[in-house]
Amino acid sequence: MIANLGFGVLVITLVLSLYAIGAAFYGFKQKSSVMVESARLAALLTFPLLTIVSISLIILLTTGRFEYAYVFRVTSTNMPLYLKITALWGGQAGSLLFWCWLLSGFAFAAAMWVNKKEREILPWMTIVTMFTLGFFLILVLFMENPFERIWIFQTGDVVQSLFQPQFSIPAYPGEGMGLNPLLRHPGMVVHPPMLYLGFTAFVIPFGFAVSALITGRTDDNWIKASRKWSLTAWLFLSIGLVLGSRWAYDVLGWGGYWGWDPVEIAAFMPWLTGTAYLHSVMIQERRGIFKRWNVALIILTFCLVIFGTFLTRSGVLSSVHAFSQSAIGPLFFIFISIMFAGSLGLLLLRWGSLTTEGTIKSFFSRESLFLFNNLLFMAIFLICLTGVLFPLFSEIFTGQKVTVGPPFYKSATGPLFGALLLLMGIVPLSAWGSSTARNLGKEVWKPAVFSMLLPIGLLFAGMRQWGAVLALWLVSLVVIITLYDYARSVWIMAKTNHEGIWTAFNRLTSRNRRRYGGYIIHLGVVLMALGIIGIEFFQTQTQGTVKKGDSLQLAGYTLTYEDLNFDKTKVGIQVTQASISLSRNGKLLGHVYPSLEFYSESEQRVTIPGVRSTLEDDLYVILVDWLPVSAEGVTFKVFHNPLINWFWIGSIVFAIGALAALWPDRVKKPSHLSAGER
Amino acid sequence: MTGLPNQPTQPNSPKPVPAWLVIFALAGLLGFLGFLAVGMKKMTSPPLVIGDVVPDFSLTTFDGEVFNTSELRGKVILVNFWASWCPACKDEAAFLEQVWREYQSAGDVLFLGVDYVDTEKEALAYLEKFGITYPNGPDLRTQISQIFRVRAVPETYLIGKDGKLASLKIGPFASADEIRQMLDRELME
Amino acid sequence: MKGATRFSLGLLILIITAFSAQSALAQSGQPVSDDDVNEVAKGLYCPVCENISLDVCPTPACTQWRELIRDKLSLGWSKKQIEDYFVQQYGDRVLAVPPKNGINRLIYVIPPVVIIGGIVLVFIMIQRGKKLFIPAESAVFNKHSELSKSYLKKIEQDLRKEDES
Repeated sequence: MIANLGFGVLVITLVLSLYAIGAAFYGFKQKSSVMVESARLAALLTFPLLTIVSISLIILLTTGRFEYAYVFRVTSTNMPLYLKITALWGGQAGSLLFWCWLLSGFAFAAAMWVNKKEREILPWMTIVTMFTLGFFLILVLFMENPFERIWIFQTGDVVQSLFQPQFSIPAYPGEGMGLNPLLRHPGMVVHPPMLYLGFTAFVIPFGFAVSALITGRTDDNWIKASRKWSLTAWLFLSIGLVLGSRWAYDVLGWGGYWGWDPVEIAAFMPWLTGTAYLHSVMIQERRGIFKRWNVALIILTFCLVIFGTFLTRSGVLSSVHAFSQSAIGPLFFIFISIMFAGSLGLLLLRWGSLTTEGTIKSFFSRESLFLFNNLLFMAIFLICLTGVLFPLFSEIFTGQKVTVGPPFYKSATGPLFGALLLLMGIVPLSAWGSSTARNLGKEVWKPAVFSMLLPIGLLFAGMRQWGAVLALWLVSLVVIITLYDYARSVWIMAKTNHEGIWTAFNRLTSRNRRRYGGYIIHLGVVLMALGIIGIEFFQTQTQGTVKKGDSLQLAGYTLTYEDLNFDKTKVGIQVTQASISLSRNGKLLGHVYPSLEFYSESEQRVTIPGVRSTLEDDLYVILVDWLPVSAEGVTFKVFHNPLINWFWIGSIVFAIGALAALWPDRVKKPSHLSAGER
Repeated sequence: MTGLPNQPTQPNSPKPVPAWLVIFALAGLLGFLGFLAVGMKKMTSPPLVIGDVVPDFSLTTFDGEVFNTSELRGKVILVNFWASWCPACKDEAAFLEQVWREYQSAGDVLFLGVDYVDTEKEALAYLEKFGITYPNGPDLRTQISQIFRVRAVPETYLIGKDGKLASLKIGPFASADEIRQMLDRELME
Repeated sequence: MKGATRFSLGLLILIITAFSAQSALAQSGQPVSDDDVNEVAKGLYCPVCENISLDVCPTPACTQWRELIRDKLSLGWSKKQIEDYFVQQYGDRVLAVPPKNGINRLIYVIPPVVIIGGIVLVFIMIQRGKKLFIPAESAVFNKHSELSKSYLKKIEQDLRKEDES
């Protein structure tokens, strides 16, 4: 019953989305506002309908209806309730439905809150969101339907399909296969939704850009109207990426948080171009240049979202995170061809009318530095794209598979990330327009000299890792200049207006949320950089097999293996947990409990590290193996990860900054709105 | 996809798109999509379907003997991919050896065991343990498994007397009979 | 950038020398430690699981490969020799980065080409922009170049700008 409801509503939603495309297009052609309104209502309706569909599937998942193939594949009776719910995105079919649901949410938001001023773009916004939604609904309905049942033939063959095949009877398995053990982690509760929210939210700025191109309204309006949407999408994507790193750190037992895996990079690429976009729109708003570039960037960002989804789901790439083989490839390929070709065509069509009103006048002006920022982000993006596609390329041309692993990405992008830090440091002190090297130098030299204190101190302390010294200098440069500029602005503000420092600070921040939100984001980024520097330059590791009471040494710590416990209370999972005491200089610091979970159904092993986490460093212990008979000799692998916690702290600061930039402004008097800048 | 598109232009004078840019952009797009299409086809569809001629390959056994499929026309060749670290391979190892002993004397069937990305020490121990007598050798640089696009072991491919792929089995054989049927069907033709 | 390359090169040499010292130790009959094995395994990728290096790979097959590395190390093989052996046995994909031969050279060429090409492009753009620029404006700017004054003006402009947008 519930499945039929879900499936039926799914069909209705697809029909509705197709209707919305048609009605919006007709309304646009015939200038019929009634039809456009009808399309808008249809688009609005997709969200509540897909909510019904998703809830139907969640009900099937939580009530253990294993006769449905998807439920059978991703749940089992012994899973806790929250995992049964999150199994909604634990497999290909369900996660595609989840994608559709979130996408319809943003279609709803666009139809609901797109400003009255932007009514002209409404038909095209509807077409863009509904076209994307329609495509994914077709995938769900015809390729990866989560409501398919399991049928069994007399010959013993088992098939899954929506309708009963001839000579078959429905199968009622008593137990499901259960969710992939690697996904049974609290991080999986929030990581995919955040990531998908980020992905799907980019449809709105994309819709704005496409509408602006089609209607020929290529002034700055679309950028202003879509600013908060793109920032929202970017924030979700950033949070999703960080949560993914956290999951990798906690579950995969690599001792790290980022493995330069193709699937990670597929999600990272739209982030890179999106970040470039957020920076370069500021120049367009201020100086009226880079119009083509900005349209191209936001279009590229959404295309990369779709492209990344294609890469990870079509079987083109194989990776730890990739979904299993599926038949959606060809259809998906047609969709991305339409998207890419359509976007490029539109861009070329309006190329002439996207003229710039100004030019860059100096290498040392702020707009020029922003241009370099874009160059760096694009270079990192292109390197990532090359790295992800190269194994495919190599296999086509030589027949040999190759691996493009972390060493490639690190050496190719490392210097670029360093250069980004440098730019992040000096840009706040640069001036718009025709600034010269002298002007910039005059502003920068004092804090720059001051920031040298840290690397000099480190050199005196005996640090000889030049890359790390350089990176830490850049970090201190960014922190000092950002704080210096912030403080100076507050000081001048307080002095000119004769008010207190605190009042000045609040007034300054709230009147220019975007700028100072940006500063907070930058501070978050440098804190994250500290964590990255810690792991890239100072991570150490050791591995050894020890007997009870024996110790391993790493980075001044002594780890003593005390005991091994077997937990047999969990159904289907054998948990082996070691207890290790940690001490430094003879002083006991505490215990860590690394464990090994063995899932008997899938014969899969999951290592859960035991971590002692402080602001200074993490001690990350993995239980590699033990000798089954006596549990006497146990192999541990230990990582010492200095400063890693700053990565997570930085990401929180980062999110706060983005929220500050996003926070709704006070309602302004309308008279202000009309005053144009140029 | 697109280069930095921000060429300075005269303000407020809509200029047509330069032809070189259109050609460049379209060529880039088509090249990229073409590359993806070829890549996707290669990655997701099997390189050989039943009836296709199997490209020649040679297997050097652990003993140093060389088998070249180009010199083995007229024989039915059973190519079995296995590895010592693969539990499912152990399930079928005895069946394969049993059937090999039955068919060996007739001389029109050859079994080739291809050891897929394995360590030699463990592989030899595996052969010893299951008493396997048919030729076995390592799949150097995965060149043989790439011909068949082996995804996981065990996989078994039957090459007919004409050198064409006759049948295949993904996963372990459930019984010796299953192997006999596979061979008999081909020998009958 | 140059410094970083030189640095990583230096680090590489350091690792190699440190490592050859260790293998010399191993040769002299000491048992090979897990750390020695991991040092080699870190640079090699599991041939059956995608994108996982051998030192962290949990499958039984990878355990076998780690033992293989241990055997080779105890025979006194160098890291390079072991890598070559793995490539010859399992193909190019066991290396963390593609070998520098044939078409694979491309991947080492693309990043520098992208970066240099981008820098050239940006320079050309700015140069062209500067030609169109009317010099009179700079005089206006320089009049106010006294630090705090121009700075205050900048903030005020920024704030006004924000209010309008």
